Amino acid sequence: MSYIGYVLAGWLSTFLAFATYIFFVLRRGRSYSAKVPEARRRWIDSGSENKGSNND
Amino acid sequence: MNLSTGSYRTKILGLVMAASFIALIIFAFWVSPNDDQQGGAVRLLYIHVPLAISTYVCYIACGIASLVFLIKKKIWWDYIALSTAEIGTIFCGLTLLTGAIWGRPIWNTWWEWGDVRLVTTLILFLLFLGYLALRAMPSSNPNANVRRAAVVAIVATIDIPIINRSVEWWQNRTLHQRSTLVELKIEDWTFFTLVLGFLAFGLLIIWLTIHRFRVAWLAGEIDSLETELALKKRLEESNI
Repeated sequence: MSYIGYVLAGWLSTFLAFATYIFFVLRRGRSYSAKVPEARRRWIDSGSENKGSNND
Repeated sequence: MNLSTGSYRTKILGLVMAASFIALIIFAFWVSPNDDQQGGAVRLLYIHVPLAISTYVCYIACGIASLVFLIKKKIWWDYIALSTAEIGTIFCGLTLLTGAIWGRPIWNTWWEWGDVRLVTTLILFLLFLGYLALRAMPSSNPNANVRRAAVVAIVATIDIPIINRSVEWWQNRTLHQRSTLVELKIEDWTFFTLVLGFLAFGLLIIWLTIHRFRVAWLAGEIDSLETELALKKRLEESNI
């Protein structure tokens, strides 16, 4: 007996939820970052982490 | 201007996480065999079981962080608690959803109110929804709200061992089977794929928590900046 419909529904809904949540977290992060000076954003202070790339 | 909450290390972590999810999909759909009893539906368990374990991990982390916050009063711990609670609630909701989707073909029902594990998991989900609602509520005393939420998180965490042991304590009141993972009653590729699932979801928890923590940090910094600005303005006005 094939369960492919159930399997795909489970996997796709999980990945869709992850993608949506990740999108909103990253977007909120960018919007908040614009209001906070770089000096107070500790993770972009040090070494190779501050090379100007905007990609996640 | 770099506005990302990502850093060099989180980008590397994100790449490893993406690779582990691709490997999980390959193993879940092409390498691991059908189960003797469940057939192809076993492929749902490669996300359902890691989701359930990830929920426990997030909520236990939230409970510990809340406890440490109440003791040490360092806002860092509250940010960790908030981040893991939010991520855990996404995982918990998906655990319930994928469980229902798996249950329909295997148990012939989407939901069974008599199953102790299902009901206690739903209670856990609702408790943490309450935690998040409490955090989002506007309050004249935000610090008191944060402390109340921390207590809610600690109390809610007590549900986790009950969920975990429910299949042993109420064997005649559950459709769930007893743990096959600990007793190694599953085949090699199935076991390997499940372990791969734990790894991928573990990396996802770490990656998401770092980003969500930074968002919480930024929100806190914005609050501090606004307070500083208001104080400065007040001082200027009083000097005039």
